[in-house]
Amino acid sequence: MPTYRPGPVSLALAVLVALFLLLPLLAVIPVSLTPSRMLTMPTGELSLRHYRSLIEDPRWLDSILLSIRIGVVSSLLSTALALTFSLGVWMFQPRFTAALVGFVLLPMVVPPVVSAVTLYFLLTSVSGVSSIFGYDTWLGVAMAHSVMTVPFATVLILVSLSQLDRRIDLAARGLGASVWERATRIIMPNIKFGIVTAALLSFVLSWEEIGVTLFITSVNAITLPRLMWMGLRDNIDPAIAALSVILIIITVLVLVMRSVVTRRRASA
Amino acid sequence: MRGTLSDRTGAALLMAPLLLFLVLAYAWPFLGVVKWSFTLPTPGLGQYGALVSDPLVQSVFIRTLRIAAIVTVVSVTAAYAITVVWVRGSPVQRVLAEFCILVPFWISVLTRAFGWVALLSNRGLINTWLQSIGFISEPLTLVRNEFGVVVGMTHFLIPFAVFPLASAMRSLDERVLLAARGLGSSRMRTFWTVFVPMTRSGIIGSALIVFVFSLGFFVTPAILGGGRSVMIAELIYLRIFQSPDWGLGAAISVVLVIFVGALMALLFRHVRPRQLV
Repeated sequence: MPTYRPGPVSLALAVLVALFLLLPLLAVIPVSLTPSRMLTMPTGELSLRHYRSLIEDPRWLDSILLSIRIGVVSSLLSTALALTFSLGVWMFQPRFTAALVGFVLLPMVVPPVVSAVTLYFLLTSVSGVSSIFGYDTWLGVAMAHSVMTVPFATVLILVSLSQLDRRIDLAARGLGASVWERATRIIMPNIKFGIVTAALLSFVLSWEEIGVTLFITSVNAITLPRLMWMGLRDNIDPAIAALSVILIIITVLVLVMRSVVTRRRASA
Repeated sequence: MRGTLSDRTGAALLMAPLLLFLVLAYAWPFLGVVKWSFTLPTPGLGQYGALVSDPLVQSVFIRTLRIAAIVTVVSVTAAYAITVVWVRGSPVQRVLAEFCILVPFWISVLTRAFGWVALLSNRGLINTWLQSIGFISEPLTLVRNEFGVVVGMTHFLIPFAVFPLASAMRSLDERVLLAARGLGSSRMRTFWTVFVPMTRSGIIGSALIVFVFSLGFFVTPAILGGGRSVMIAELIYLRIFQSPDWGLGAAISVVLVIFVGALMALLFRHVRPRQLV
């Protein structure tokens, strides 16, 4: 059967766009190898000193550990909240479902800067009541990140629920299973891939969150993006280039692995 | 009867935690921000009056709209070019296009903005290269201006523009294209008179998404604009943390939400949400 394929003009334009998309990611590689203390192209000799400073400078290590801690806590919270909510929607199909889901998706739709001002208001108000949960605390940041990631987790779990066959739940119900049993033994095992994806996406979104974090931290809760931001704004530190190269390599590896796994699944 | 009652309790129990969390941690503080806009520094509509009369605020709004419009046109066009190959190309072309779209998509906004700084700054890759081949003697100013902001934002938003376009292109009936070709229409003509009009909903969806995203953009303009081409989001940040003028920052936020809400309403009148994913 003949197929409609893009012609040479389309291909040429697509190649230009592809180059534009990859260029800034490739550009950080030479910069990360510069022997200079400033952001320059290396001339002649190459050096790994900026990679070494990532391990030796405690500021980088501290912020990496903090980002992991915040990412894990906020991902667990937002996945748990998204899961219970989605189970309620799917099992009981209550009235006003569309409005309730719309409300849950708001932090994803509202411009991030407005969410940032909103969470700034929340955390500065909380600061007056509790010092461990408020402005510039890691728990405050984790809670704020959960607000921002919970819509994405909800969408992913609702999508995987929508592909589930309702009849298996009806059968369980007909055989006398309780709501708890239906949820934990029938539905959740069937959407575990969706739940894990939601948790991973929430973690990644929290790990790289900067728009909101900038508004709700100052000197204590310095996450990795926050530290990168400080290094980018004032005097550009080439250690950021080294860190960027590492993050890009991790991303490429994960994407390649994922595509290999999906291809295996499809062919199996 | 007992069934429906327990159904309701069950649904309420399961849905309550998230709804409660978002009411307390999002809806309530948002109302607080709205309150700020009417009460700080003095009660009344003063902040909204300042929005209309302050020439600085106005110039930032106009610049934001202009940059958002340019970025929308450029990113949707570029996204269209690569989406055609992602959806309709040969298997190898598809894998390569997908790689070029997804890798930047998953890399953080900071890393991507930094990549552009490394390319475009005075001692960056492009200026170093142009000077070494003797094409220019003084470095070109490519960042800390609107050009840098447009380039960085376009780069960030192309992957987002791709998804609605891809779903429109996937759902189109290939036989219509083959029929046009079979009836003797040239490649160019088939593309412009059949293919593009049939992906109209995708183009509208993708343009609105990019435009809405551009309006509230913070990180890329702040880094690549270098404080010289301030957009709305950065203005809000400056008003809250540097001036500090919380009332004005809050008022700008409220106006931005209303504006984006109106645009989203427009979006959902044109395309059903399903078509966007």
